[in-house]
Amino acid sequence: MKWLSQNYPQVVDLFLTHLALSVPAIVASLLIAVPLGWSAQHGRGLRGPVLVGVGLLYAIPSLPLFIIVPVLIGTPLRSSSTMIVVLTVYGVAVLVRSAADAFASVPAATLDAAAAVGHTRWSSFWRVELPLAGPVLLAGVRVITVSTVSLVSVGAVIGIQSLGTLFTDGFQRGIRFEVLTGIVLIVALAVLLDGLVVLAGRLLMPWTRRSAGIRGSRRRGGPGRRGDSGRVLAEPQLAGAAQPEGASR
Amino acid sequence: MIEFRSVRKEYADGTVAVGDLSLVVPERSTTVLLGSSGCGKTTLLRMVNRMVDPTSGTVLVDGRDVKEQDRVRLRRSIGYVLQAGGLMPHRSVLDNVATVPRLEGATRRAAHARAAELLEVVGLDPALGRRYPGQLSGGQQQRVGVARALGADPDVLLMDEPFGAVDPIVRADLQAELRRLQAELGKTVLFVTHDVDEALRLGDEVVVLRSGGVVAQQGTPAELVAAPADDFVADFLGLRSRQRQLSVREQDGRRLVVDADGRPVGVLEGSLEGSLEGSLEGSLEGSLEGSLEGSLEGEVPGA
Repeated sequence: MKWLSQNYPQVVDLFLTHLALSVPAIVASLLIAVPLGWSAQHGRGLRGPVLVGVGLLYAIPSLPLFIIVPVLIGTPLRSSSTMIVVLTVYGVAVLVRSAADAFASVPAATLDAAAAVGHTRWSSFWRVELPLAGPVLLAGVRVITVSTVSLVSVGAVIGIQSLGTLFTDGFQRGIRFEVLTGIVLIVALAVLLDGLVVLAGRLLMPWTRRSAGIRGSRRRGGPGRRGDSGRVLAEPQLAGAAQPEGASR
Repeated sequence: MIEFRSVRKEYADGTVAVGDLSLVVPERSTTVLLGSSGCGKTTLLRMVNRMVDPTSGTVLVDGRDVKEQDRVRLRRSIGYVLQAGGLMPHRSVLDNVATVPRLEGATRRAAHARAAELLEVVGLDPALGRRYPGQLSGGQQQRVGVARALGADPDVLLMDEPFGAVDPIVRADLQAELRRLQAELGKTVLFVTHDVDEALRLGDEVVVLRSGGVVAQQGTPAELVAAPADDFVADFLGLRSRQRQLSVREQDGRRLVVDADGRPVGVLEGSLEGSLEGSLEGSLEGSLEGSLEGSLEGEVPGA
């Protein structure tokens, strides 16, 4: 505890640095993986090559990648930009498959209906396909969020500062508490970001909450159907038919 | 008016979905395309809003070749009701109904106000508008589907087996509702179904298709039943089935219509002034008049 009280500012600093490396990589992965996943799903014969390609990316060991990236794109060796690029490569490698699966999960009949009522391809993508791919995509984003946060710490080995620095430093100087602090904070950061991703999902996809919120407040025999003359008919058949999704769950 | 001029649809593998078919769907009437699956009826329907382009031939809507029109504009100008509603599961009922006006650039507020009106038109409580489609019954979803199709106040309405996924009682209910709506709105409706009863109930004209998209017979329901063109039509309509061979039998002073097995399918009008109608009316309206009428007239046939 004495160590923590003495090094508190540095720990906070590393926490923020870790955050600043993770978030851009997660966002960049999402922005790159969605179009790639979409084309893998829709492009004729693209699915195989794209998924194999990103699978190979994931097979590259991380330490060599820290050397390869600066050579290829000219970023400084121990810079945060190198780190973010490396993290993005791994993020994309995982997320493209999720994104392809997410788009595959959108019912073809719904897309067909969207086109039939007059959506353009563009509006169909933004207003129908992407939102409906959302839940599966969100699951993928949660995976890469956690994996990215843990992967950031590897950078400490080649000298990119992050919470991982607490491991390398703690091991070298034999301060167990420092290592422990690093582990706890990385887990805490992962849990925090995962929670934020889930929260964002709830806000962006309110219809997925219906089992909890809206349906709970649904009253039996609430607003019903009106008969021809506007009076409310007795609706025994509707009561039976009113819970198709309830019955199927 | 919708007009098909010798349209043909042939797929790359040589399958002919529609073979050289000509058909006119008159203004403000309901034409039903009736046939079993694979007879090309849905393909035909989807040619109207260019979801399918014919291999050859022309489709005209209100005299204009659809091929010369922008697909998206064309689709927005034509109402389309799909099986199981075809609703967007992630949008509220109100948003679903407001789809076309929103796509056409209406403000959210205006589109929602219009959508709420349309829900009433199709007999739904506007309070349902806040729900998601998955929270409605199958019948309610279908009504929402109809409301959405009416969104841009189209002249032409395409209905692709819209009531196929709901149970028979709700289906009969929706069919009655559609007839009421059609009497009120007078759209040009092209309706696809494989359900013979539905076709006879809803169509001003019924077109029976055989496989490969060929017209077997076209006519009013009464014409088809009275004079089926050939065995195929007679069999398809089930005219030889025992359920459609009806005769009249007297029972308790009323004339029952029974099928070939003696099973009752209804009562002849005029013989139903008795207690049945009276009590039905009475229970529906809850009015004294109905039951009075019933009990009074109930005496007559027996007397």
